[in-house]
Amino acid sequence: MKYIDEYRDGDVAQTLAAAIRAEADPARRYHFMEFCGGHTHAISRYGVSDLLPDNVKMIHGPGCPVCVLPIGRVDQAIRLVLEQGVTLCTYGDCLRVPASNSLSLLKAKARGGDVRMVYSSMDAVTLAQKNPDKQVVFFAIGFETTTPPTAVAIKQAAALGLKNFSVLCCHVLTPSAISSILESPEVRRWGTVPLDGFIGPAHVSTIIGSRPYEFFAEEYRKPVVIAGFEPLDVMQAIKMLIRQVNEGRAEVENEFSRAVDREGNLKAQQLVAEVFEMRKQFEWRGLNVLPYSALRIRSAFAEFDAEKRFPLGYASVPDHKACECGAILRGVKRPQDCKIFGTVCSPENPVGSCMVSSEGACAAHYTYGRYKDVG
Amino acid sequence: MTDTRKSYIRPLDIKHGQVDMAHGAGGRAMAQLIDELFARHLGNDYLAQGDDGTVLPATGEGRLVMATDAHVVSPLFFPGGDIGCLSVHGTINDVAVMGARPLYLAASFILEEGFPLADLARIVQSMAAAAREAGVPVVTGDTKVVERGKGDGVFITTTGVGVLPPGRSLSGRQAQPGDAILVSGSLGDHGMAIMAERESLGFDSPIVSDTAALHGLIEAMLASGAAIRVLRDPTRGGLATTLNEIAKQSGVGMMLQEKALPVKAAVNAACELLGLDPLYVANEGKLVAICAEQDVDRLLAAMRAHPLGAAAARIGTVHEDPHHFVQMTTAFGGRRIVDWLSGEQLPRIC
Amino acid sequence: MCLAIPAQVVELRDGDNAVVDLAGVRKEISLALVENVAVGDYVIVHVGYALNKLDPAEAEKTLKLFAEMGGVLPEDGPPTLH
Repeated sequence: MKYIDEYRDGDVAQTLAAAIRAEADPARRYHFMEFCGGHTHAISRYGVSDLLPDNVKMIHGPGCPVCVLPIGRVDQAIRLVLEQGVTLCTYGDCLRVPASNSLSLLKAKARGGDVRMVYSSMDAVTLAQKNPDKQVVFFAIGFETTTPPTAVAIKQAAALGLKNFSVLCCHVLTPSAISSILESPEVRRWGTVPLDGFIGPAHVSTIIGSRPYEFFAEEYRKPVVIAGFEPLDVMQAIKMLIRQVNEGRAEVENEFSRAVDREGNLKAQQLVAEVFEMRKQFEWRGLNVLPYSALRIRSAFAEFDAEKRFPLGYASVPDHKACECGAILRGVKRPQDCKIFGTVCSPENPVGSCMVSSEGACAAHYTYGRYKDVG
Repeated sequence: MTDTRKSYIRPLDIKHGQVDMAHGAGGRAMAQLIDELFARHLGNDYLAQGDDGTVLPATGEGRLVMATDAHVVSPLFFPGGDIGCLSVHGTINDVAVMGARPLYLAASFILEEGFPLADLARIVQSMAAAAREAGVPVVTGDTKVVERGKGDGVFITTTGVGVLPPGRSLSGRQAQPGDAILVSGSLGDHGMAIMAERESLGFDSPIVSDTAALHGLIEAMLASGAAIRVLRDPTRGGLATTLNEIAKQSGVGMMLQEKALPVKAAVNAACELLGLDPLYVANEGKLVAICAEQDVDRLLAAMRAHPLGAAAARIGTVHEDPHHFVQMTTAFGGRRIVDWLSGEQLPRIC
Repeated sequence: MCLAIPAQVVELRDGDNAVVDLAGVRKEISLALVENVAVGDYVIVHVGYALNKLDPAEAEKTLKLFAEMGGVLPEDGPPTLH
């Protein structure tokens, strides 16, 4: 596979590993956060951390849309299915997320709810078109990458004059989450979480460009290197971050230049701006309520807003008391520091958000990395 | 005394007809379905006995092995096969991986009212062809019909009986540290062929299901004289799940080499598109073998000499591990756990 | 986050759609988010949409950067695994 296999070459990895070792100052410790679940997944699946020197540590960030989706939002989707009798379409990732009352969308389906997995937002529009007697709701989750396809679907539904299609919009914004980590007392004031730089999102950045990260580099003096999701991309980004730290620089650099530029995808940005606007606040699982961190549907498209079409109050649901996901998402704790990790909380029975998706820090460690805990 | 007139029975309209409740009610309609469809295609002397059960010759030496498998698959027809041949192969393989020679099959059908007879005929013909090719006849069967909406077209349960020759003993409990782990060919073909056909994912690909009966390959492997300890077919849950089962049963750990795993380019590509891992995708014509290290070459040669084992490969080694982890050295040079499948494998976007 | 994969456009279709190919696997996707895509281009595909065109020259540059690492191999031979 062109543009994929070259970036997974094991021999080049050994060379890059040597270059990282040469670059890293043995007298220093380096702590970098990979914001995205995509990077977390690549690091775990390819075993990248085995190739890093001991003084380079990766902290897994909150960039997994399923992980940060609060229980209250899944509850809303389930209520739409079981109480309003809608046909609910969503991506495969959302189906197993545990919600209140031991339910999930899969379990709601087992109770007779009409829940469909779709590959694309457009499939939901097509379903609504084919079933004019059914209310079809698309449960939309995701960061900036996944938002434009939802915008296209809403515009398409409007063009088709569909009266039975709406969207439960849970799209969230990457920069807000990065801010919240940088503003957390552990990082900002107490310095208990050493954080020397970020690996910036790959596919989010194809849409928003590299410019939004410049603020973090300037304001918080943290280097950011945007990197592709292949393992060599990640290693190269780590090397670039080490060099920035060594040279005392805090800049935005772009390793993923084959798909990302400074401005991003203007056509997609315009579509998103036309259909969506900022929410004043939005609850994130593990990060609490963050201001201006998510999108809602503009009033011009209100008829496609499931929150307006159906009686859907939002009720926040707290996480399990013993769950350390909040601290893990901020880099304060590691999965294995949580008392219920791997015991009560496992991929079969996820208690906290980080165990829900394979990209979550806990699930990635459980699924790929546990051998490290046993010596 | 008047002559009894021979009644005319209108033949089944296989082309346009549908299954109805009468086909499972035990009356003439059912007898007709059995005669004109099942017996016609699957026919053999045993089935022709026509009694409630079938009388089979006693087997000489050896012990009996029996396995049963319920087959539900959507779609019913997929590239490389259909539920008919799948239901024959699946059960033969379950018997064969025990080291037994499969002899007979029983098949029971649950049909949904309204199911097209043409599709049923295709499925039964495919079963018959698979059974014939494998040399394992369907010797008894049953049919039930459920109301429309209460089934998914056709469910087929097959049960197989085979004889385990004296001296053979294969079990998932017998893997030992130092043993080698082999697979008979490319991984994930069946699961991906099915997924490509699903309406919600629809993509075009050259991937075909690997559904096949493995008893011929297994005989050839056992004839090689290699000390085979475990044979298993990695169906649902894929290779990863099968290896974890064996590791747990035998109380050992395993280390795989990702570079050695045979996966076709198209299967890999489809996995990339859907966010799946070929290690967890189902196979229906592949087996995992665990054998003594010194027999690897001999066993691999025997496997590769058989058409169903042409792409056989040694993929890893068994070692001691109190945690029973299955681990893998990635092609990238790192290490990771290859865990049990958790939940259903669903395509993901993130 | 955001599973996406580069695939080659092999056919343009009506309604702003295209067929992409990845190692023989073909899928129809939407080009609604991109402009000036031609047959032969590589696009990054996410949930059935092309997010962006891939820049072959930049891809080449990045690979070259990896390759240049060879020059900085330490004297004490290949690295060991940790």
